[in-house]
Amino acid sequence: MNDPTEIAVRRTTITGRRRARNHAATAWMAGSMLLALVPLVLILGYVVSKGASLISWEFVSQAEPFSFNERGGGFWNGIKGTIKMMALASVIAIPIGVASAVWLVEFGRGWFASAVRFIVDVMTGVPSVFVGVFVYSFLVLSTGHFSTWSASVALALLMLPIIVKGCESVLLLVPDDLREASLALGVPRWRSVLGVVLPTAAPGLVTAIMLAVARAAGETAPLLFTTFGSRVVTGWTSFNGPDSALPLLIYRGARSAYAPAQERAWAGALVLITMILVLTIVARLIATRTGKVRA
Amino acid sequence: MVVLLVLGLMIYFTTMRSLPVVQATGVRFVTSSDWLPSAGHLGTLSFVYGTLVTAAVAMVIAVPVSIGVALFLSELAPKRLRTPLAYLIDLLAAVPSVVYGLWGVLVLVPLLGNHVWGPVSEHSGGFPLFEGPATGRSYATAGIILAIMALPIITAITREVIATVPVAHREAALALGATRWEVIRLAVLPYARSGITGAVMLGLGRAMGETIAVALVIGGSSTISASLFHPGYTMASVIANEFPEATGDHINALIGIGVLLFALTLIVNVGARLLVWRTARKLR
Repeated sequence: MNDPTEIAVRRTTITGRRRARNHAATAWMAGSMLLALVPLVLILGYVVSKGASLISWEFVSQAEPFSFNERGGGFWNGIKGTIKMMALASVIAIPIGVASAVWLVEFGRGWFASAVRFIVDVMTGVPSVFVGVFVYSFLVLSTGHFSTWSASVALALLMLPIIVKGCESVLLLVPDDLREASLALGVPRWRSVLGVVLPTAAPGLVTAIMLAVARAAGETAPLLFTTFGSRVVTGWTSFNGPDSALPLLIYRGARSAYAPAQERAWAGALVLITMILVLTIVARLIATRTGKVRA
Repeated sequence: MVVLLVLGLMIYFTTMRSLPVVQATGVRFVTSSDWLPSAGHLGTLSFVYGTLVTAAVAMVIAVPVSIGVALFLSELAPKRLRTPLAYLIDLLAAVPSVVYGLWGVLVLVPLLGNHVWGPVSEHSGGFPLFEGPATGRSYATAGIILAIMALPIITAITREVIATVPVAHREAALALGATRWEVIRLAVLPYARSGITGAVMLGLGRAMGETIAVALVIGGSSTISASLFHPGYTMASVIANEFPEATGDHINALIGIGVLLFALTLIVNVGARLLVWRTARKLR
C-alpha cells in the first residue's frame, strides 16, 4: 500500500489547473479537427446527392436547352471547352514551367535565382481575377474579341508558378551523385540534365504538372474575362472565339433562378469535382508509388 | 526570366489601362463609397471595406480552427490516422471555388438566412454588428465560406512549420514534466510563431483574393453597412459581377479595382513569404 513506487507515481500525477488546461487544449484540437471535416462532408455529400441523379450520357454529350427553364440537355459545351482550354494551357505552361524549374535548380546562382524563386512564390498567391483582368487588358482588347486561346493563356499563367515550384522541389530531390557520375563520365552538362536528371525526376514532375492541371481546371474568374461563355458546342480546333467551360456553366447555373438550371449546375459540379479528384489522386499515387514527392 | 517578364507585363498593362480613370477621380477613388458608374461616380471604398470585413470574419473563424487542426495532426493524432486525416484536409483545398459558391448559394445561404442570422439578429438587442434585417447573402456568410477555403492553406503550412521544431526542445519540456499542452505552449509555439503568422497571412491573402465563391453569396450591394448580416461587395466579386455588362470607363475602373486588389494581396503575400522563409531558414 505504501510501497515507494506507488508514492512516487502519486507524486508525479498532474493535478488541478494544469490538468484542466491540458484537457481543454485537447478538446480544442480534437474539436477543430471534427469541425474542419464538417464542411468537406457537407459539400461532397450535397454535390453527390444532388448531382448524381442527373448524370447520364445525355448530360455529357449535349449542350443546355435553349430555355434555361427546361429540363434535360447537358454540359457538353462546357466539358469540351474545358478540355480544349486545359490542353492548350498545358502546352503553354508545361515547357516554360519545367524549363524554368530546371534552370533554377541546375544553373541558377546567386541573387538572381533567389529573386526569381521569390517572385514565383508570390505569383502563386495572385488572385485569379487579376490574371483574368490582365489577360483581358492585354489580349482581348487588342484582338477585339473573346477567345479560347486567351483563356488558355490566363490558365497557363495560373499553372506556371505551381509547376515551377513543384518541379523545383522534385528536381532538388534527385541525388547529386547521379549528376556527378554523369559529368565524371564526360557527358556534357546539358545532356546530363536531359538524359539523367529529368528521367529520374519524371514521376515527380508528372505529379506536379497534374496537380497544376487539376487546380486550373476549376478556375472560373479568369474565364469570365477571356472567353465569356458560349451556348453552343464548339469544334475541337476552333480557338478563336468565345467558348464555354465547365466552371463557367456551373457559375451561371448557380446564379440562375430556375430549378432545372440549378440541378444541372449540381451535376456539373459533380463532374468537375470528379475530374479534379481523379487527377489529384492519380498524381499523388504516382508520387508516393515512386517515393519522389512528399505525399 | 520569363516569369519576371510576365509579372512585369501584368502590372504594366493593367495599370496603364486603369490609370486615366483613377487619375480623373483622384483620391476619391478609394475614399468615397459612392459607386454609380453610369453617372461617373467611381468611389470604391465600400468594396475595400467588404474585402476587409469578409477577410476579418474569415480569419476570426479560420485561425483558431486551422491551428487546432494542425496541432491535432502533429501532436494528438495516432500515427495511422495522421496521413488520411491530413489528406482529407488537403481535399478541402482541391474543391474549386465555383463549387464552394454553388453550395454556398444553394445550401448555406438559405440555411443561414432563414434559421441562423435572423434569430441572432433579433436576440442581439441592437448590437451594430448584428443589426437586421438579416439576409442569407451577407458579409457573414461570405466570411464563413472564405474561412473554409483558407483553412487548408493555414493548416498545411502550420504543420510544416511545426515539423521544423527541433526534437530537443520538445524533449526538454517533457523532461521538465510538462503536459502535452505545456509542451506545445513552451516548446512548439514560440519556435513556430513567425512561421504560423506567415501561414495565417497566406490564408488571409487567399481570402482577400477569392472571387467566385464570394460573388455568389455576398449579395451585391455597393453601400457600406456596419451589420455583418447585410449584403455587400468585395473588390474581387464586384469585378466579377459587374464586368459582363460594363463598358468604357466602368471597365477601366473595375480594372483599377483589380490593380488595387493585386497590390493589397501582394503586400500580404510578400510579408507572409518573408515570415515563412525566416522560420525555414532557422532550420538550415
